[in-house]
Order: sequence, then C-alpha cells, then structure tokens
Amino acid sequence: MIRLVKRPQPSQAWSYGAPVLAVAATIFFGGLLFAALGKNPIDAILTIFWEPIFGEFSFFYRPQLLIKGAPLVLIAIGLSLGFKAGIWNIGAEGQYIIGALAGAGVALALYPLESVLIFPAMILAGALGGWAWAMIPAVLKTKFGTNEILVSLMLVYVAEHILASMALGAMKNPEGFGFPGSRNLQQYASAHNADIIENSGMHWGVVFALIAVIFAYVLLSRHRLGFAIRVTGEAPRAAAFSGVNPKGLILFCLGTSGALAGLAGLFEVAGPAGQVTIDFNVGYGFTAIIVAFLGRLNPIGILFAGALMALTYIGGDIAQSNLGLPAAAIQVFQGMLLFFLLAIDLFTNYRLQIGAGETA
Amino acid sequence: MDLSSISLTLLMATLMVAATPILFAAIGELIVEKAGVLNLGVEGMMITGAVCGFVVTIETGQPYLGFLAGAAGGAALSLLFAFLTQITLANQVASGLALTLFGLGISALIGQSYVGLKPERTPDLFPEALADIPVLGPILFSHDLILYLGLALVVSVWAFLKFTRAGLVLRSVGENHDAAHALGYKVVRIRTLAILFGGACAGVGGAYLSLVRVPQWTEGMTAGIGWIALALVVFASWKPGRVLMGAYLFGGLDQLQLRLQGAGVAIPVEYLAMSPYVITIVVLVILSADKSGAPASLGRTFHASQ
Repeated sequence: MIRLVKRPQPSQAWSYGAPVLAVAATIFFGGLLFAALGKNPIDAILTIFWEPIFGEFSFFYRPQLLIKGAPLVLIAIGLSLGFKAGIWNIGAEGQYIIGALAGAGVALALYPLESVLIFPAMILAGALGGWAWAMIPAVLKTKFGTNEILVSLMLVYVAEHILASMALGAMKNPEGFGFPGSRNLQQYASAHNADIIENSGMHWGVVFALIAVIFAYVLLSRHRLGFAIRVTGEAPRAAAFSGVNPKGLILFCLGTSGALAGLAGLFEVAGPAGQVTIDFNVGYGFTAIIVAFLGRLNPIGILFAGALMALTYIGGDIAQSNLGLPAAAIQVFQGMLLFFLLAIDLFTNYRLQIGAGETA
Repeated sequence: MDLSSISLTLLMATLMVAATPILFAAIGELIVEKAGVLNLGVEGMMITGAVCGFVVTIETGQPYLGFLAGAAGGAALSLLFAFLTQITLANQVASGLALTLFGLGISALIGQSYVGLKPERTPDLFPEALADIPVLGPILFSHDLILYLGLALVVSVWAFLKFTRAGLVLRSVGENHDAAHALGYKVVRIRTLAILFGGACAGVGGAYLSLVRVPQWTEGMTAGIGWIALALVVFASWKPGRVLMGAYLFGGLDQLQLRLQGAGVAIPVEYLAMSPYVITIVVLVILSADKSGAPASLGRTFHASQ
C-alpha cells in the first residue's frame, strides 16, 4: 500500500528539481503530441530548443530571446509577489495593454516634438497606466471584499475593447491612409525604445526586467515588506499577529504587478511592436503566470523560466514555418508545462510511503 | 437611431438562447463549489466543450451527439483538474488557471481545420404551430431541447441540494471536509464526481455556444463567458434560482447591447461590447459584501492525514 505522508519541512531538493522534471516531462509528452500531429518529434523538439540558440540562424534568434523574455520576466516578477502572499492578479494582460496605451498616448500627443524627456515621460505614463488599472481590483478588494481574480480578469476584456477603440479611433495614424493602428513609434526617434547596443535585442525593457529581478530579490530576502509577503502567504494568522497590514499588502502587491505589467506593455509598443494595433498584445500577461510558477515565485528562478518560455515562443515560430507545426501546439505545450509542474510539486510537500506504515 | 426596431418578444426569445451557455457553466460550477472546490478552469472546459461538440456535429451531422461530445470533452478536461487538486493536492487557483490556458490551446489545435464551417442545425423541440402563437410562442416554444434541459437542470440541482441525502453529503463535504471525512464520507471521491459534473456542464454550455448561439467555431470564441459564469456563482450566493436569474439578466444585457449596436446608438461599438464585463464587476462589487452562502471549505486542500 502506498500512502502520502506530509513532510515536516518542504523538501529543498524537490523544490528545485520539480521545474526540471516538469520540463523533461513536457518535452516527452510534447514530443508525443507532435508525433500525433504527424511531425517528427525529435526534429520538432530540436527546432524549438536547439535551433534558436545554436542553429544556423541563431545570430538572428538570440536577440529575440531578450525581446520575448523581457516582458515575461517583468510581468512574472510582479505577479510572483502577489502569488506568494495569496493575492491573485490574473489580469496582467489588461494592465499591459493599458500601460502601453498610456505610454504611447504620451508619445502620440507630443508628436512630432523631439526631446530627451519624452521617453522617460512615456515610461512613467506606462507604469502609471498599469498601476491604475491594477488599482481597480485592489481598491474593490480592500473596500468591498470583491474577488480580485474575477475583477482583474474581467478588466482584461475591458482593456482589449479600449485598445480596439484606440487603434481604430483616437490613436489612429492620421497619415495612415485609413489603415487601423497608430503612428509607428519606431520612426519617432524620441519615443523609440531602440536597442541600446545595435541588433542585440537589448532594449530598455531588458534593463528594467533585470532591475526588477534584483529589486524583488532584495525585497523578499532583506526587507520587512518581503517578510510580510512571505508570512502572509504561508501563515495568514501569524501574519496578523506580527502586525502585517493586509490591506496595505494587497494595494502594494497588485499595484506593483500592475506597474511592472504596464512597463512591459510600454516597452513592447514603443519598441518591438512599434504601433498600437488591435492585436499588438500577444498574451504575455497570461504566459507570465506560467513563468512565475515555473520560476518557483523566486526572482532568479523567474529569470530562467522567462528565458525558457521565450525560447518556446521563438522555437515555436521556427517550427511553425519550417515544419508546419500549428501555432496552437506551442500553446498546448506551454499549458502542459504548468500541469506537470503542479503535479510534480506534490513531492515538495509530501513523500510516498510504501508499505503499511505505523497505524495512527 | 431607431430603438423601435428592438422587439421585446424577440429580445426575450434570444436572451434565453444567449443565457444558456452561462447557465450550464454556472450551475455546474455551483455544484463544484458546493463540494468545496474552486475550479477556475471553467473557461477552458467550455471552449473544449465548444470545439468537441462542433467537430463531432460536423463529422456526424448529429447535433445531439455533438452535445454529448461537448459534455465528454469538458468532463475529460475537468478530470485533469481533479487529478491535480485531489490526487496531487495542487493549489486550486493555479490548477484552474492551468486548465484554462491548456483548454484554450488544445481547442485551437483541434478546431483549426473547422473554422468557417456551418454545423447541422439543432432542431426545435416543439412543432412550428406552437412557436407561431403571438408573443408566447417565440418565448416559450421556439427553442431546442438543450435549452429546456438547462432549465430542468436548474430545478434538479436545486431539489438535489435541498431535498436529497446525497445533496446533504455534498454540502457537508464543502462546509467541513474534515468532519465529513470523520463521518466516513469519501471526500476525494465526492469532490471528483462534483468536478466531473461541473466539467460536463461547462462542456455542454460551450457546445451550445458553438452549435446554437453563434453557430460557428472560432478560436477563443468563449471570450470570457466562463469567467462571467464563475462571477455569477459568487453573486448568486451559491443559490440555483439566483443563478438562473443572473444568467437571464446577462443574456438580456448581452442581447440588448448587440441590438443597440444594430440600432446605431451614438455610443461606440467597443464601449457597448465591453459593457457585460463592466456590469459583471459592478454587480460583483454590490453583492460581494454578502458571503454568507459561500461553502466554508471552498478552495481548501484536503488530505486525510491532516
């Protein structure tokens, strides 16, 4: 007879090992999925994980790793703070959109003025936009006890409609011959989030993502607020006794994750995307949830998880054009990863006992 | 703008159709939550049900087989959730999110070669003569079997929870799983069954969307209806009757905003289209003060050794 026995302490080894095992399991079952779709599984897996870093055209794909990884890390860092404390912001996609609109709005309003102050103003506006959008569920939660999961998620759909209205209306390029979408910010020097080193993919979003990682690491390991976050997640009653202000924590966690998601949106729209279009957002806000869990809600872990997830995006694109692998297959692949992680995580907190064991 | 073009009778008849997907998903989730489990994967199970129902209907030409397939698809996905949360004791919020992300992906994968096709029409239940009765006919008699099943389901769930022993056991598991376990009830088994029921209901709701309400398959076509269903359970205070009222209210608002778009009201289309989501938030805020109906063990993990 096999029984589950709760460990007195979560296992460190399993805690670090679970993401690795989950990736391995996903690669195995992903391979089966690709085989079921009639593709050679080994080819597909190599195309996704090997080609972008070591393949023939890796000089082109390596910068993409930074471009796709930065928003994922930036958003996931913010989400992880809340997730640790049991505050579930799942509307990062909406905050990302509103941050991008606020930042791009500043640039479009000032066009064609050139000034070194424009880009910092956009960054500020992007962060504020995302922060304000996240404050809606935060304030509703603290004032009325409304469920933040549902409100933040509903606001994603609201943000998507606002985006559509902006791309087709207020922010539409007046010189765009009637095509939907704003002016291209890549052609507006003061507003362009250009590569800091030419063709490296290293834009300001990457810098901010790294700063966010360091900031979160210090916050969680050295600061009182980080302690409050951890203790609230692990033992809410103990948190109350140790003087944690739960409402302040909700406002801080949701606000920070909103601001970081807003920044990610701004850097994307002013850089790689360039334009406010109906569908410039590609779901980073949702994928970042997987990144946050895969990184064990740990800043350093999130950095690796973000890089891995960026790899699946890029490799997925390559597999799509080279092997005809459907785009949705990569989405399934990413979803599977979270499944396996959640399942394998069992062994972090429990161990299997084989045999009868002592009776209670 | 011509508001007189909005016929109230027709609005009533179509709001019932618009409300049915939400109704199925919400009544299923109500049972799941009554058993103490929070499954945030409704959106994922709905869209899987939508694609399974659609594909089977196209392949067989049998809409009722399609609905069965929808139920099976939703239940199959919910089985994954049951495995994660009941066997491997994973966090329910995270598992539900995983289910939604996975469901959106797998449905897009299954449905990619079915975009733009038209499914066999689901037949109306009553003869046309009845549906031709002025006013009452279109409202009461112009629908398909599944819509009436949805109404019957609400009544059955209400009666099940209120009058049956099994309903009492289900509620006790949701209120206090340790006490239920001590009394000898199989907590994990009961919860797994509830999760499967919820998955099947969400699947039927999704299939109704792709087979009757739209009827077509497009990627991501549920567009948040599963989440609205989740919100509905909260502001219905876990009461089946209020779920019905809420679903019809939302069906009505949805149809009204579509009709206002059609009538050319001076509000931009995008703002009308976002109204169901905004209204959901507003209603949630107004009614979230009252949490008395929430099952006490909702969202908590159960492990027999604890």
